[in-house]
Amino acid sequence: MSPEFVIASIVTIIGLTTPILLAGLGELITEKSGVLNLGVEGMMLMGAISGFVITALTFNPWLGVIGAAAGGALSSMLFAVLVLQLNSNQVATGLALSIFGTGLSSLIGVSFTGRIVPQFGSIFPDALAKDPILKLFFGYSPLVYFALAMVPLTAWFLKSTRAGLILRAVGENDHSAHSIGYSVTGVRYAAIAFGGAMAGIGGAYFSMVITPMWAEKMTAGRGWIALALVVFAGWRTGRLLAGAYFFGFLMWLELFAKANGFGNSLPFVQAIPSQFWAAMPYVMTVVALTLISSRGNVGASAPACLGKPFLPST
Amino acid sequence: MTTLNRRSLMKAAGAAATLSLVGTAARADDKIKIGFIFLGPIGDYGWTWAHNKGREAVDAALGDKVETIYVENVMEDASAIPLIRDLAQQGCKLIFTCSYGYMDQTLAVAAEFPDVKFEHCTGFKRTDNVATYNSKFHEGRAVLGTIAGKMSKSGTLGYLGSYKVPEVVLGVNAFALAAQKQNPAATVKLVLIDSWFDPPKEAAATETLINLGCDIVTTHTDSPGPLQILEQKGLYGFGQGADMSAFAPTAHLTAIEDIWGPYYVARAQAIVDGTWTSTDTWDGMKEGTVVIAPYNAAVPADVVALADGVQAGYKDGSYDIFTGPIFDQDGVEKVKAGEIMTLEQLASIDWFVKGVESAS
Repeated sequence: MSPEFVIASIVTIIGLTTPILLAGLGELITEKSGVLNLGVEGMMLMGAISGFVITALTFNPWLGVIGAAAGGALSSMLFAVLVLQLNSNQVATGLALSIFGTGLSSLIGVSFTGRIVPQFGSIFPDALAKDPILKLFFGYSPLVYFALAMVPLTAWFLKSTRAGLILRAVGENDHSAHSIGYSVTGVRYAAIAFGGAMAGIGGAYFSMVITPMWAEKMTAGRGWIALALVVFAGWRTGRLLAGAYFFGFLMWLELFAKANGFGNSLPFVQAIPSQFWAAMPYVMTVVALTLISSRGNVGASAPACLGKPFLPST
Repeated sequence: MTTLNRRSLMKAAGAAATLSLVGTAARADDKIKIGFIFLGPIGDYGWTWAHNKGREAVDAALGDKVETIYVENVMEDASAIPLIRDLAQQGCKLIFTCSYGYMDQTLAVAAEFPDVKFEHCTGFKRTDNVATYNSKFHEGRAVLGTIAGKMSKSGTLGYLGSYKVPEVVLGVNAFALAAQKQNPAATVKLVLIDSWFDPPKEAAATETLINLGCDIVTTHTDSPGPLQILEQKGLYGFGQGADMSAFAPTAHLTAIEDIWGPYYVARAQAIVDGTWTSTDTWDGMKEGTVVIAPYNAAVPADVVALADGVQAGYKDGSYDIFTGPIFDQDGVEKVKAGEIMTLEQLASIDWFVKGVESAS
């Protein structure tokens, strides 16, 4: 394996990882506030089409990303009103959002199929971005750096800021947070909107960076992977980053194994059906859940109020 | 659900994802209804897009006598059965199921509705009311392989496919054999991604093939995503199902276009006339079902001449890529020198030719 091959493969893995990392970070914040939003797939698609449409109309991918965040956040507000205002079932409403987002994005996208949009230029000079070695650091879309920057920011926000503490309090014990005067509903609105915006940007990574085009259902189920990722990570930011790259690595490994990348050097590995690698993210999530619960600290990892409607007694 | 269980949620989510959209093209009760079951979204700009063009051709030609209904995003599993049945219950007299994976589902529903005629695309099981139709896409693959074999500098070609079904196996083999006619040392690295439509996975698979040394990648999945990757890397590829040059003006050397309209119109006309019978149709370049899109300026004149020669050979019957000797991946002779594989052999092929590199 040449260094060029390793670097090119890392670039591929980062491409596979970035959208699920973005959506996973958003869902992490949403779930930390005690809300389970299963609509990630729908929000990603809404972000993908919003970003694409805005870019097609303004010829500016930066505005497109803002549009993607807005599209994801707006669609999440539909969910937010239903679960926070009307106390509807979060699971059913989240699934409905996924179906709704899939359908609405297809509808909006009808007249944008086959359109070509301008792409992000590199934010670094070509000498760095196109260099076969240095592209490992400089050769990515701005959204990749954004996703990576959001990881420590999210961790810092949750751990070291007052707002993050309130968010966690709302997610762990909504009634206590309410009784000392915090707006549970307000915090959750904000958390859901953030989750929607991040899912939207994750979706835009598909329609604006990987394959700059619009195609119906183009996220092809990555929203569900992002949901699995949050559970896999045990609701921790650092583990979310590691998990996202682990999932990305498994996705790459499937393709590498299929292309006979192992050659005949590792007959044992070659004999493993490639579907095995494809199933791994989900298998690993189940394994992680089992490990967490076998240690008996499920309560310590999942936010205690996750998925429960907030019904103040007064 | 009283307590929250993420594992069951993921299951429910998967079930929800299978929900499909039903579209109705026109409404009039006195018209004969014709139904279409589509694999992907009609906006995939590939396989389903081409089938939908065929449906639109029926509307255009016979719109005063028939109305067409379609269901898109239908999975190739048991969930297809109620959707096919639903079209029959809506009164469709003719139903096209436009992918190989609907074979047994089509036969199951056809047995329930003996008065409804069914047409299964790329399959091989027929009954009195189930016809099959196919297109010799591999004739197009032979043209692409000729171009790729001549133009590739590394001699390592990539093939991005969906599933190991005869249509794809034929495509891989025709591509590899045609490339080896130009460059006997040419090898084809094959990735089957277990999906017909998954743009990010298609893109990542294309990158992986490139990383493993392929300088030309042909796609047998349905999105233009791989071509965009090739365009970014300054490499070459081909469109699948439709002319995709808009997505990759430089990388798109040419494309195999699927032209279903004439067949769909003829079969719809047969229903209108009451002359429909169960047949097996396997048309190709000669009949105009498989068309090669205009060549990119990057294809040199001598390569154009070779590619045109293959096309002309298929049209006048003087060329067949499946002429022996043909060896399989292990070097076993499968077709003797001078023999040409029969249509039956082609329809059920499940082995790859020598020079195709793939894992399980």
